[in-house]
Amino acid sequence: MPRSITTDDVAHVARLARLQLSQEELTRFTQQLAAVLDHARDVESLDTTGVVPTAHALPLVNVLRDDVVTPSLDRATVLAEAPEVEDHRFRVPKILGDSQ
Amino acid sequence: MTAAFGVVSISASVRSGEVRALDVLDAHLEVVASHEAGVHAFNEVTAEQARVAASMIDGIVAGGGDPGPLAGVPIALKDNLCTAGTPTTCSSKILQGWHPPYDATVVQRLAAAGAVFVGKTNLDEFAMGSSTENSAFGPTRNPHDQTRVPGGSSGGSAAAVAAGFAAGALGSDTGGSIRQPAALCGVVGAKPTYGLVSRYGLIAFASSLDQVGPFAMSVADAAALLDVISGPDPMDSTCLGEATARSASRLGSGVEGLRIGLITEMQGAEGMADDVKARLALAADALSGAGAKVDQVSVPAVTFGLSAYYLIAPAEASSNLARYDGVRYGLRAPGSADITDMYLRSRSAGFGDEVKRRIMLGTYALSAGYYDAYYGQAQKVRTLIVKDFAAAYENFDVLLSPTAPSTAFEIGAKSADPLTMYLNDVFTIPSNLAGHPAVSVPFGVGDDGMPIGVQVLAPALAEPLMFQVAEVLESLAPPAPLSASRRSLRALGAPADRGAAL
Repeated sequence: MPRSITTDDVAHVARLARLQLSQEELTRFTQQLAAVLDHARDVESLDTTGVVPTAHALPLVNVLRDDVVTPSLDRATVLAEAPEVEDHRFRVPKILGDSQ
Repeated sequence: MTAAFGVVSISASVRSGEVRALDVLDAHLEVVASHEAGVHAFNEVTAEQARVAASMIDGIVAGGGDPGPLAGVPIALKDNLCTAGTPTTCSSKILQGWHPPYDATVVQRLAAAGAVFVGKTNLDEFAMGSSTENSAFGPTRNPHDQTRVPGGSSGGSAAAVAAGFAAGALGSDTGGSIRQPAALCGVVGAKPTYGLVSRYGLIAFASSLDQVGPFAMSVADAAALLDVISGPDPMDSTCLGEATARSASRLGSGVEGLRIGLITEMQGAEGMADDVKARLALAADALSGAGAKVDQVSVPAVTFGLSAYYLIAPAEASSNLARYDGVRYGLRAPGSADITDMYLRSRSAGFGDEVKRRIMLGTYALSAGYYDAYYGQAQKVRTLIVKDFAAAYENFDVLLSPTAPSTAFEIGAKSADPLTMYLNDVFTIPSNLAGHPAVSVPFGVGDDGMPIGVQVLAPALAEPLMFQVAEVLESLAPPAPLSASRRSLRALGAPADRGAAL
């Protein structure tokens, strides 16, 4: 059985998920997530030896279509929703920091 | 039975020219004007666009044409369904001001059938919640008692129909988000079989569970809406490729000789209120009296549904919500030093607490060292639920359970304790995990006078049978009052010379 989730674990997953937490949030979320995970832990009591996992409830097959060009979203309409645009592209802050 | 001011009755009256679509719309908009401030069902009311659409419908009828099976029917859309040019927010700050460049397939289909869109309805942020309190724009209130929640996450859609703001609505259901608010607001709400309805333009929460479905005042009205939105769509590869039997095809067939199973594990569950239990027993007796064979049936694995769901759904959400990064649309925190800083600050400012909790829970359940214990095990539990349902359906045509453990609770009563809130979905989650259809039908009121719903569960693609049983249940239900605002719609009516039809 996995051990209970700690504030270090929550800080770690927050970093992975690109979320910034205050100290108060870290404490509160850790308690709340621990309660949910404690409840969820009852799935471990089931014997699932030899049980195949289900990713989708109904059988799905690959869906293919003919390789024909069809209209896509209009570029100008899409770019109009962007926070910042430059030269028909999405503009973002620098990707490499000064130290890199 | 078709409801007054219902989907079927409105479209019949508009198509025949008895009633103008614009008058029907205006009647609903007057109720919106007088009651929306208290209920807060909508993130945006699209009155002007609706008037233009209604006038067009009237023009088609005047010219001798047929606007379609939903002619002039006022519909509310959950605000996680994309509407071209109209903001779609998921009740999240991270999408505030975003204008989708396209319509969801279900929106296109409703419009093509003659529906008129009243507005975009409030929801728990990204459909994560059971009370519509997790909205960046404030909670929706239950039209039957504004101190109480409408349920969630599609609480705005359920409230809009219950309040008389619209004849029908669309919601999405990942773990009960259509059926639970339908029960708490006293309306019909159905989650279709996974793959029956296209999800192109439904903003993703948990992709192996999400389905779009209808709300309405009657079973026949809900089936009529579902028949318009269902069917193959080349834009959604998870949508079934073949057309299926019409959901309304078996209405009026009764329940004589049908075998109906009462799910044993869903009668004595933790936190289930006595009045809900009593209504369920009454529903079973009523169906038995109508000629069905009603018996207990055990579906053991459903007791692990809640736990499996709260590992699987957050895991999928953590992946789906990675796209909100401030690059292409939505909120971007200004003045960031570099791109990582921008991601961190945009996501932290844009998402509310419940969304953050679920993203972290999912990230944790998928992380190295915990994957097998949590996510892997939950997927195996899902297999057991599918098998147990299959065994039950060897002996029964449909199954019966409560929709929610209690009537609508007070606003704020459960918002500090996520786990208590999650327990609201204990009866609805198994159908999502199995991919099966289920519908909540109003069945009287509880000791507090608030609506109670009974759930009819059916095997995959058995919607016609499910609605057949649901309609009988509806006809046998104890009386339940309409909300004050919907009563005001009834009194308002269409203009006197044409109003009789409604």
